[in-house]
Amino acid sequence: MLRTLIVFLGLGLAALAAGLWITRPVTLPEAQFASLTGDAARGETVFYASGCASCHTAPESDNKLSLPGGQTFETEFGVFVAPNISSHPDAGIGAWTLVEFASAVKKGTSPDGKHYYPVFPYGSYARMTDADVTDLWAFMQTLPAEAQENAPHQLGFPFSIRASLGGWKLLFAGDAWVHPADTPVLERGRYLVEALGHCGECHTPRNALGGLDTAAWMSGAPNPSGRGTIPGLLPPEFGWSETDVAYYLESGFTPDFDSAGGKMASVIENTAKLSPEDRAAIAAYISALGG
Amino acid sequence: MPRLSILLAVSCAAVVAGSAFAGGHGGNPAVKARKAHMQLYAFNLGTLGAMAKGEIEYDAGAASAAANNLAAVASLNQMAYWVPGTSSDDLPDESRALPAIWEEGSKAGEIGASFAEAAAALAAVAGDGKDAMAGAMGAVGKGCGDCHKAYRAPNN
Ligand code: HEC
Ligand code: HEC
Ligand code: HEC
Repeated sequence: MLRTLIVFLGLGLAALAAGLWITRPVTLPEAQFASLTGDAARGETVFYASGCASCHTAPESDNKLSLPGGQTFETEFGVFVAPNISSHPDAGIGAWTLVEFASAVKKGTSPDGKHYYPVFPYGSYARMTDADVTDLWAFMQTLPAEAQENAPHQLGFPFSIRASLGGWKLLFAGDAWVHPADTPVLERGRYLVEALGHCGECHTPRNALGGLDTAAWMSGAPNPSGRGTIPGLLPPEFGWSETDVAYYLESGFTPDFDSAGGKMASVIENTAKLSPEDRAAIAAYISALGG
Repeated sequence: MPRLSILLAVSCAAVVAGSAFAGGHGGNPAVKARKAHMQLYAFNLGTLGAMAKGEIEYDAGAASAAANNLAAVASLNQMAYWVPGTSSDDLPDESRALPAIWEEGSKAGEIGASFAEAAAALAAVAGDGKDAMAGAMGAVGKGCGDCHKAYRAPNN
């Protein structure tokens, strides 16, 4: 009896160890970035296209270049608080290396080897090119240092255990594309939507484990803050022309000249700073959905 | 002083009207009035936006007329239809106006005032050519967006 129990326990531990190994936090190899040099001017475009400021500015701040964190995100798992990602060496991420930064953004792994929670949308940023991460890092180092200390998340058990996120990542975080793109414009649009703009994180419904249901890509979703819904962007319900979508991303005006609200208004503050070509590429991708 | 009393009288009347009609058919009159106000913004922006998008030819006279309307509507006193008790919590089937509008620390009034300034600035230049008009529309759109971002719930 005791013997079976010991064997059983042993097996259990082995399985647990294997599980933890498979789901261990992954960092990127140094060599992958050795030949890259960052271009801060290009990184500025990556910064706006990726919407980092939508979450990392101070609550209600309009200054997209000040990133002390402090905004809160209510989810069914608990309340998350965005951290300081300014260039401050202690309070922010100023003392990080490029590879540490890239591992956080593309793999959701912290410098001390822990998993980040997917409310930081690294599941989308996983598709970001190494060149873009490098340029983004160069740009972010030019931003002002903010001394604000990070506030802790308020999470219930078991979501408070970061190791439990390994399985989540294995299931949901990949860098495969969701929708086909067969022209250079559509490819650029797909990159801006699926990787940088992380549009699917809001416009796609989630399954019971909180992963994006890619079979229902961009079909609309409940609003995480509980009021109303996030609209779907598929035909026939969504019938805007490409010009309409591009103009919305520039001005916030819908085809009937209502003006965007909620979280989408922050998205538009970023897309308004992109080039007209990039907005047209996003519009082309959106219009090709469902086809 | 006389102005204040008129204002108070109007808003009291609206509160009374609001409670008298709330729940009856036709909906809350204060909510209907502010939606109509918003529709006047949308209608006049429709003209300006169609020109900015290139869907219709820029016309200085039409652009000025639409921008003047927009600025005039923005300058209306709206106290009477933003009455407490008419938020999206109070009237979930009728209104998308978030309760935060009426809570302490609300910036809705300030945003409304700076929006009205942007609308006046647009009216001043809308007749000076398409580029001048489109340039001034950015601040107007930001005014609409700032308020909807903080104070309007997404659609159902
Ligand atoms: C939807 C909101 C959101 C967006 C958009 C977002 N982040 Fe974050 N980010 C978070 C949250 C929340 C955390 C905390 C995650 C955790 O503690 O597990 C975080 C964590 C981080 C961290 C780790 C900081 C630390 O001290 O360990 C970095 C670095 C970071 N984000 C950078 C970025 C960059 C760069 C972008 C844009 C490319 C970005 N974030 C976009 C919400 C966001
Ligand atoms: C000071 C805040 C504020 C400003 C500025 C503002 N809005 Fe609104 N708007 C609201 C609120 C709040 C609602 C929701 C009203 C409700 O449902 O009770 C709304 C609703 C709307 C609606 C929907 C009306 C309906 O029939 O349901 C439209 C269209 C609209 N706004 C357009 C605009 C446009 C265009 C601008 C800029 C030119 C603008 N708004 C500026 C606060 C604002
Ligand atoms: C943080 C969440 C979030 C992200 C990220 C996001 N959206 Fe949205 N989107 C919304 C919400 C909320 C609305 C509804 C806006 C409103 O209530 O006025 C919306 C509305 C829209 C609409 C108008 C749909 C309609 O029928 O009115 C379009 C088009 C759109 N988004 C495109 C995009 C694109 C393209 C991206 C990526 C660049 C994106 N969104 C990223 C939340 C988001």
